[in-house]
Amino acid sequence: MSALLASIGAAVLGFLAAIGRLALFTGQTVSHLVRPPFYGREFGNALLQIGYFSLPVVGLTAFFTGGALALQIYSGGARFSAEAVVPQIVAIGMVRELGPVLVGLMIAARVTSSIAAEIATMKVTEQIDALVTLSTHPMKYLTLPRVLAATLVMPLLVGVGDIIGIYGGYIVGTERLGFNAAAYLQNTADFLEPLDIISSLVKGAVFGFIAALMGCYYGMNSDRGAMGVGRATKSSVVAAAILILAANFLLTEAFFSA
Amino acid sequence: MIELTDVHKSFGTNHVLRGVNLSVPKGESMVVIGGSGTGKSILIKSILGLVIPETGTITLDGRDVHKGDRDAFLARFGMLFQGAALFDSLPVWQNVAFRLLRGSLKKPKEEAREIAIEKLRRVGLTADVADRLPAELSGGMQKRVGLARAIAAEPEIIFFDEPTTGLDPIMAGVINDLIREIVTEMGATAITITHDMTSVRAIADKIAMLHAGKIRWTGPVSDMDTSDDPYVDQFIHGRAEGPIEAVR
Repeated sequence: MSALLASIGAAVLGFLAAIGRLALFTGQTVSHLVRPPFYGREFGNALLQIGYFSLPVVGLTAFFTGGALALQIYSGGARFSAEAVVPQIVAIGMVRELGPVLVGLMIAARVTSSIAAEIATMKVTEQIDALVTLSTHPMKYLTLPRVLAATLVMPLLVGVGDIIGIYGGYIVGTERLGFNAAAYLQNTADFLEPLDIISSLVKGAVFGFIAALMGCYYGMNSDRGAMGVGRATKSSVVAAAILILAANFLLTEAFFSA
Repeated sequence: MIELTDVHKSFGTNHVLRGVNLSVPKGESMVVIGGSGTGKSILIKSILGLVIPETGTITLDGRDVHKGDRDAFLARFGMLFQGAALFDSLPVWQNVAFRLLRGSLKKPKEEAREIAIEKLRRVGLTADVADRLPAELSGGMQKRVGLARAIAAEPEIIFFDEPTTGLDPIMAGVINDLIREIVTEMGATAITITHDMTSVRAIADKIAMLHAGKIRWTGPVSDMDTSDDPYVDQFIHGRAEGPIEAVR
């Protein structure tokens, strides 16, 4: 019995310690925002890598999801003669929920893994130590530019994803399901409210912050060797995906619970 | 003068440094020898503050290295890492001029590039490697780029962590000669970590042997062969039999 209690206690303490380490890491990252120097070139590179180069993945994901959503709503709605709501449900579904979540998860897969693997490899090959000996703070040089870039660029990616997702629904709706093009667009525009769009963009910013932060955190805390790099990469993606889904629930609750 | 007094450092149950005492006077080239896993790299990382010892003091010119202005402190150092530790995403010249492109030693880009190319020449590399990426260079060339980066800002103190590991004997000789020349020319204080006895004889003014977490023996390189210390004797002759266990 005491062994069981001890193992439960150790697990709880380990969990609390991990939360503490992550909170400290987050605090340190944010604190570097207001402490010079700021590495603009690294920030620019991060914007390019996280934002611009993610556009194809985001666009394809959103397009196919929007199209599939239109088909699902049409066939599901047919059960209670509600086929006509396809434009409205595609719009609200993409903007409020699927756009930010799917873009967030795709960024976790593409960007979080890449950041974690890159920083973990830098740690294993002593490049992080080299940065310190060259009077460069690794948090300022590696973490802050990536986290800031992801936080700022993700709302744009989510916005693009929302538009392409709605366009995917529009293509399926007009070409496959026989909707009138002008009426489809009109219904979409009429139904969306500013709060839907604001919530989508805010979710994007929060998910971007989480995705980049997890990549940096696990990269910086990687164990030595190829296994360490692999474990850091895997853990970063898992943690980012779970935190994005958890944050999505909390933000949805905050925006739409009333 | 770098001075370590009773420095202890453990990783979990592994007590790596168990009371290290060592002095390195200004302008001296000290080589630290010892078996693998005896804590030689931890020793120099402790001086740089990359690793924080649990107890003991490390001072540079009488000041605790873990207190005061970190940037000003680190600006006095250059370090060549075992695997060169070049930044993959930056071309060679930006690796060499890294410190000159940012921070308190920042210079205009063109001037930084000129200095980088001059330092590359100093370590025997031509200007055409300046725009290549580190991955496009051989191991020996990467080591030389690492050396050029270590001396780019003309530091007072240079650390060399296993500078010839993984190099062929000719390239190892080139690196040894370069280190000796550069240290003498710059009047820098140097601490080198190596297993390579050819390097030891080429680079060292003085030698310290680290064993079981303590400095076992220290003395001028000329006294190394007549030290009468069985540990030093076994190590420098590479014998499997002796007080140092071959299986660790």
